[in-house]
Amino acid sequence: MLLLISAINAGLIFAILALGVYISFRVFNFPDITADGSFALGGAATTALLVQGSDPATATAAGFLAGLLAGALTGTLHTRFAIHGLLSGILVMTALYSINLRILGRSNVSLSNAPTLLKSWTARAEAIIGNTDRHNLLGWEVGTQDLASLTFLLLLTGIAVITLLCFLETKVGAAMRSCGDNPQMIRALGVSDKNLLTAGVALANGFAALSGSLLAQYQEFADIQMGIGMVIWGLASVIIGESLVGPCRFGPLLVGAVLGSILFRILIAIALRCGLNPNDLKLITALFVFVALVAPQWTRKRKSTEAARHA
Amino acid sequence: MLEIQHISKTFFPDTSNAVMSLRNVSLSIANASFVNVIGTNGSGKSTLLNAVAGTFVPDSGQILLNGENITTQPEFQRARRIGRVFQNPFYGTAPSMTIAENLALASRRGLSRRLGWCLSRQLRIQIADRLQSLKMGLEDRLDNPIGTLSGGQRQAITLLMATWVKPDLLLLDEHTAALDPASADQVIRLTHEIITRDRLTTVMVTHSMQQAVSLGDRIIMMHQGQIVADLTGAEKTSSRPHDLLNRFDALRRRDQLTPAVRDLLQRQYV
Repeated sequence: MLLLISAINAGLIFAILALGVYISFRVFNFPDITADGSFALGGAATTALLVQGSDPATATAAGFLAGLLAGALTGTLHTRFAIHGLLSGILVMTALYSINLRILGRSNVSLSNAPTLLKSWTARAEAIIGNTDRHNLLGWEVGTQDLASLTFLLLLTGIAVITLLCFLETKVGAAMRSCGDNPQMIRALGVSDKNLLTAGVALANGFAALSGSLLAQYQEFADIQMGIGMVIWGLASVIIGESLVGPCRFGPLLVGAVLGSILFRILIAIALRCGLNPNDLKLITALFVFVALVAPQWTRKRKSTEAARHA
Repeated sequence: MLEIQHISKTFFPDTSNAVMSLRNVSLSIANASFVNVIGTNGSGKSTLLNAVAGTFVPDSGQILLNGENITTQPEFQRARRIGRVFQNPFYGTAPSMTIAENLALASRRGLSRRLGWCLSRQLRIQIADRLQSLKMGLEDRLDNPIGTLSGGQRQAITLLMATWVKPDLLLLDEHTAALDPASADQVIRLTHEIITRDRLTTVMVTHSMQQAVSLGDRIIMMHQGQIVADLTGAEKTSSRPHDLLNRFDALRRRDQLTPAVRDLLQRQYV
């Protein structure tokens, strides 16, 4: 049970990353891989502030803001300096590696003696329900800390999804969606598609950094390597989400991305339990994303050749 | 009032592929005037329109819209005052967004876009109302993605979007060229209705001599990056498609003559 809850917790944390990946890859159709760097940036910024005794909420917000800046930089490189989208992401991501090292001071910083959002939430929960070690959740015994983390992350991810959902329904949000769909059209309607893209990529990386900030607080340490492969993990969640909810508007797809992220974490937890070497995790993920990207093409091709045969 | 003053544009300059698309073109269009631009392929008619729309900055000359110099203004900025319909029906609308959302985006042209809802109930009613005037039954399909519509329906909606907020200038770039004849007729009728109703200053590039003679109050004929004829008043109203075609034939004959004349001169003087 503990395994399941920690898988769900991790899934909820990475769901926020998946929302960011959804914004750049799906809303803007922009292959932004800055997220690998900004995820670690969020974790590093929050950790550095927490170690210095900063308030957890402020530190988390700072992590989010740092991500916004990193994304804005990628967007600016792409739109103002006409650098290829992928390359702008790689540039910023590479630069962020050094920046993250500067922020952290060394490659690994522990948060076990610092306050975190999750610790203060757990403390508050204990104050309300009393300091009992074990709770009964649907017949399973769970610890206070796991339960508190679960409720907190559910709440936070829920807020993130609802905020993004509402945002995409606003005038700016709709303009962003149209920018990914047809930049020529939104330009002809008097909006700078460059500014929209920059803002969108900033937002996407804000979410990635928030996710990194939460992971650092959850696992109680930040690591310079924590961002590696994050874009693919986020993309995997988005793709699983898409196959869960089917073709539809962005609302269900956002919820799908969250569910996809949780499902992905549970699958990984099971695979690791069954003896998968953790070192192979990223290879498996890459293979999975490859298959998920290629499978629709195969089925389409097969259908069209079948149709041609029947015609 | 649109004033185009001595603009020139060469694409791929200093290469063997250099194309002088516009050669010192000047044109002044009064408010509420509806100008047709016709010309052979590569005559520079679409380039002229794109110069006004801001797709590129001309090499020389300037463009003034209602007295304001917009020569170097970025495309999106002038789009706040200029409505545009493209030749390609896919350019004017966002395919995965709904009909209502597309029109809602257009209803904010030139206005701020903040965090208010993109679609209010009131706006939906207005959108349904305006769609009804197209008589295409689209008012019942507000929540369908635009991508499911035909080219003609998309062009009709793009036209509605380009004119929702009354533009200072409407640019139509062969907007019926990609449509079947029936849809083209329908879109042209709608174009005429909207332009006369709102008294819009319009520049329409067209390949159809029929459209050029039956619509608008002025015909500009272009050839090799220059304006070669400007028909207004009685001259415009009395023009028939074959008159225009005869003019094109005359141009073509003149072009054919030029190399022969050059040879003649070379033989005599070199």
